[in-house]
Amino acid sequence: MLLALDWTQLAQQTVIGLSSGGTWALLALAIVLIYRSTGVINFAQGEMAMFSVFIAWSLVNHGLAFWAAFFLTIAISFAGGVAVERVVIRPVEAAPVLTVVIVTLGLLFVVDGASKIFWSPERRTIPNAFSTRPIDVAGVAFSIQDLGNIAVSLGLVVLLWGLFRYTKLGLALRAAAGNPDESRLLGIRVSWMLALGWGLAAALGAVSGMLTAPALGSFDQNLMQPVLLYAIAGAVLGGIESPLGAVVGSLLLGVFVTLIGTYVGWVGTTLRLPVALAVILGVLLIRPTGLFGRSEARRV
Amino acid sequence: MRRALGIGLWVAMVIAGLAVFLLLPHFVSDFHSRDLAQAGAFFIAIIGLNLVTGYTGQISLGHGALMAIGGYTTALLVVHEHWRDVWTIPLAGIVAGIVGFVVGLPALRLSGLYLALATFALAVALPDLIKKFSHFTGGTDGENFLASAPKQVTGLGGITIFGHSMTQNHFLYYLTWSIGIIGFFLAWLLVRGRAGRTFRSVRDSEVAAASSGVNLAATKTVAFALSGVYAGVGGALYVIQNEIVDPLSFTVSVSILILVGAVVGGLGSLWGLVLGALFVEYLPTISTHVSTRPGVPDFVYGAAIIVVMILLPTGAGGLIQRLVRPLTSWLYTRP
Repeated sequence: MLLALDWTQLAQQTVIGLSSGGTWALLALAIVLIYRSTGVINFAQGEMAMFSVFIAWSLVNHGLAFWAAFFLTIAISFAGGVAVERVVIRPVEAAPVLTVVIVTLGLLFVVDGASKIFWSPERRTIPNAFSTRPIDVAGVAFSIQDLGNIAVSLGLVVLLWGLFRYTKLGLALRAAAGNPDESRLLGIRVSWMLALGWGLAAALGAVSGMLTAPALGSFDQNLMQPVLLYAIAGAVLGGIESPLGAVVGSLLLGVFVTLIGTYVGWVGTTLRLPVALAVILGVLLIRPTGLFGRSEARRV
Repeated sequence: MRRALGIGLWVAMVIAGLAVFLLLPHFVSDFHSRDLAQAGAFFIAIIGLNLVTGYTGQISLGHGALMAIGGYTTALLVVHEHWRDVWTIPLAGIVAGIVGFVVGLPALRLSGLYLALATFALAVALPDLIKKFSHFTGGTDGENFLASAPKQVTGLGGITIFGHSMTQNHFLYYLTWSIGIIGFFLAWLLVRGRAGRTFRSVRDSEVAAASSGVNLAATKTVAFALSGVYAGVGGALYVIQNEIVDPLSFTVSVSILILVGAVVGGLGSLWGLVLGALFVEYLPTISTHVSTRPGVPDFVYGAAIIVVMILLPTGAGGLIQRLVRPLTSWLYTRP
């Protein structure tokens, strides 16, 4: 078995895994972003991304070029994310955490329903961002699409890191998430920072969706549901507080899931998610705060 | 004097509640009693979830899986071992309780969202696992009582109990809600006493609880096990009512449904849970009444959840407490 290991296939499968892991990483980042500022997992993140994909589909169908539609969708999604925070989340800002979680679950149904009202539930296709033609790297054939997905995902991660690390807005966003009370004293509009965070998260989700949809071939309203599960799993694996952890966790998960799906016969495609979740549970039992999470010291 | 008045009011409330329970099926259609019975199955599972999440503070997103364990225990005993369906309920509760205990073990190391993910993983994985072990569980087709074990189904074509004859739907209603009321009463006894204080101390501060001599590990696992018993009984009743179980009976959405019911009913209180159960049972039906156009029911369903949560951030239980507090504080202070 081991002797017959085909290195070309292994390299190809790894890149495929990194490609899907990269799209999950974007959604995972969106989840971490909101978690750090609000303390809840936004269960509607996947459906919001799905809605963005449908917006992109409409724009493309109205004759826009893919990349024009791509950037316009990101802008619309950002505005939409801000609006959702203002309308739905702000009223429950002071409520118990689980109340906010239930609100995001409600939001999941609302967005799903709205998308079915605007766009009939049938399968559609969206043009590919990148060519699916294989290119030859060191004797191994990779698809340009997979490499492109990885490039866009990682590029966006770097861009986001730059925003948070080097701009005043990023500093304000971090301050508002880390210590809302003192930030307020320093004149940061904390509530609006939360809304901006939701906007950024929605934009990230939109990119994740627009990379996921072409890779599937055709899609409908269910397209982001598995992605959301993998993204949550990846974020938790990396440590839900850590953006770096979310990226690394999702990429690891992508590679792991693809490889066990390929090499372990009884796992196949049906048991990929359960097996991945079981492994994550194992990791968490050894490191209860994820790979990159820090355990907090608390004064009692 | 005030104390006597308080007790009198309390007794009157209980009697009124029991009267509603006994008479309700006679005011609604026969078919409708079955919906009410299903709400009862959710009610029992929601009490269980509230014990572990509302009182002990351990978030579980996987109670649908514990319901599935109870439901499949019932189904396998009925179909393979030819037990009468209602007699499987205690065993379903015990088996789900044991599984609940095991599910509680990660809670000793994980907290908050990490625990939520662990339980969520169980809920996501279980339907696939059930399909995988198809020779045992009936696979994708599931187990159909009417097809494979009609003799074990209680109440088909009417049933006579203590000289009262009633339809199957009425029987299911009375069976479910009787168990529900007993379960509610037991939970009430539990949370108002020493065990409840222990649970709440773990929820409010683990460190403080541990330093006051509370055994965290035992408390958490016992809470999960108890919660599993409730979920298992709820799942068993759900399967008995539907007379069929398959992997899609208990997907993640059931876990979410129960959580919504518990939060809408009010975490950390018991009285609102009836409303929580009715909410999750009837909201999907009501939202299809608005319009059956694709998407509209989902939209209405989600919007209703959001509006309720914005208006009642602490659920129906919180509202009840707020309304009743002036009365109770008047009743229980000496003039």
